[in-house]
Amino acid sequence: MIQTRGERVFTLFSAIMMGLIALAAFLPFILIVISSVTKESSLINDGYSFFPKAFSMDAYIYLEASAYTFLRAYGVSFLVTIVGTAVGLLITSMLAYPMSRRDFKYHNLLAFAVFFTMLFSGGVVPSYIMWTQYFHIKDSLAALIVPNLLANGFNVLLVRNYFKSNVPLDLIESAQIDGATETKTFFRIMLPLSVPVLATVGLFMGLAYWNDWINALYFVSKPQFYGIQNLLVQLMNNIQYLNSGQAGNAVGAGAVDLPSSAVRMAMAVLGIVPILVVLPPLQKFLTRGVVIGAVKG
Amino acid sequence: MKRAKGTSNALRKTAPLMMLAAPGLLYFLINSYIPMFGVFIAFKDVNYAKGIFGSDWIGFDNFQFLFKTTDAWIMTRNTLLYNITFIAVGTLCSIFIAILMSELLSRWYSKLYLSGLVLPSLISMVVLSMLVYAFLNADSGFVNKSILAPLGLPEISWYAEAKYWPYLLVIVQMWKTAGYGSIVYFASIAGIDKSIYEAAKIDGAGKLRQIRTITLPLLKPTVIVLCLMSIGRIFNSDFGLFYQVPLNAGALYSTTQTIDTYVYRALMQLNDIGMSAAAGLYQSLVGFVLVLVVNAIVKRVNSDNALF
Repeated sequence: MIQTRGERVFTLFSAIMMGLIALAAFLPFILIVISSVTKESSLINDGYSFFPKAFSMDAYIYLEASAYTFLRAYGVSFLVTIVGTAVGLLITSMLAYPMSRRDFKYHNLLAFAVFFTMLFSGGVVPSYIMWTQYFHIKDSLAALIVPNLLANGFNVLLVRNYFKSNVPLDLIESAQIDGATETKTFFRIMLPLSVPVLATVGLFMGLAYWNDWINALYFVSKPQFYGIQNLLVQLMNNIQYLNSGQAGNAVGAGAVDLPSSAVRMAMAVLGIVPILVVLPPLQKFLTRGVVIGAVKG
Repeated sequence: MKRAKGTSNALRKTAPLMMLAAPGLLYFLINSYIPMFGVFIAFKDVNYAKGIFGSDWIGFDNFQFLFKTTDAWIMTRNTLLYNITFIAVGTLCSIFIAILMSELLSRWYSKLYLSGLVLPSLISMVVLSMLVYAFLNADSGFVNKSILAPLGLPEISWYAEAKYWPYLLVIVQMWKTAGYGSIVYFASIAGIDKSIYEAAKIDGAGKLRQIRTITLPLLKPTVIVLCLMSIGRIFNSDFGLFYQVPLNAGALYSTTQTIDTYVYRALMQLNDIGMSAAAGLYQSLVGFVLVLVVNAIVKRVNSDNALF
């Protein structure tokens, strides 16, 4: 259809307005990337700027040299993300499968048991006491993987709905007439037919693990179990400590170890890089998941 | 005999499925259900030496203490007001973005715009707090050094002045979530029958009029349902946004304390298990009632979208 003048104006307005909005979304990222390659003296004198006077790669060189703290934390983050997502995806889909089977006696009971966890929660305190006093989970990798993040009702129901509406019961029945067990049906038929929803839920879980810092906030006090996020939290705490007026002692004691502002920004950049790497190929699964999830949880 | 065979047949059918469900069920049992029964802790004077079960029952004392403090009022007020603002401003921003985006759907750069819009929602609160810090820190932040100073305005120590944070947190939250939130509306708009717009155009309706009389009315059900669902979660707040983004600064508590940050601080920083448990149960119970009420309303509005 030919555009009228008014429509052309509107399209132009949309393009410009959206350009500005997208720019506003991008600019803070650009600021930290530029800050991370700004010379420290320039950061201190002129502040964080999009057009710094002097550049330097010192921050990244420092991070490479301080392999023990930084690379270790990066490794912890990757390990936790990969293990957590793999195990979480497996138990989530294994639970979703019986729930999707209308011929299974307890499918509604299971669905309710999972759904109820989305409505009511016991809160932080009972959960904290259980994990620390009874499971003794403090200062371990399990503390980063198990509490709260391994499976949630929303993801289970998302997978259940996909199974239910995309894999016909006839297909399952005919496989079982041919002698396939439930386990075999699940792994050989359900999972291969459900790659899109597994990609969506896997992406949700992977992001949740990569970005999580709250489990470590509650359960970890030894820095060797810090992932990249908690290493950043620790650095930010040091800033607060220095600003809070108790700095007198701190400057003498810890100023030498305190990474510079550029290093902090470099770490934030490296914390985003893996997300930037997986986003382009997986974006369609993300948007699809958001739409399905919002319309029917 | 026949009956026994019947049960074993049924068992043979259900057992393998139960086995598949078992690990997940066990996880929900431990992670969600045991803490639900643990809410009785709020009615105890917890003493680790006596154990959780051996600690003395004190009835509603924890709640009485909690609601006598000004904290209870401040955190409730903050949680509610922030959420109401987020719902109102967030919905407007998201719809605005979605309408503009749908106009550019066929353009080559629309994918790029979309990536830009979702990216902020994918970073962690910790990284977000560093972005905010790069803009706001008093000595070298972008706002003080590159905006206020050139304009000749006095520098502001953002992390020490509580009065700015209601605005700052709304801006930060919108920056992080508006683009992501627009995806749902974007999808609804994409689902609207194009022939309606063509008919309107033939009748002489301009773009703005089409938006007012076609797009917005057709979005209304989605808006209502999403808002109601957000209202169901109005007693919950994003811990990271209110704890890490203001860098846990004590001077800002009056405008940044929410129920979630209070629960954390009472438990981990003040070691006051009773108060923390009481605040947590208060949040869980009110939240539960809200979800039930909201669901009943959604059911009336549009039963397809009801949770149950």
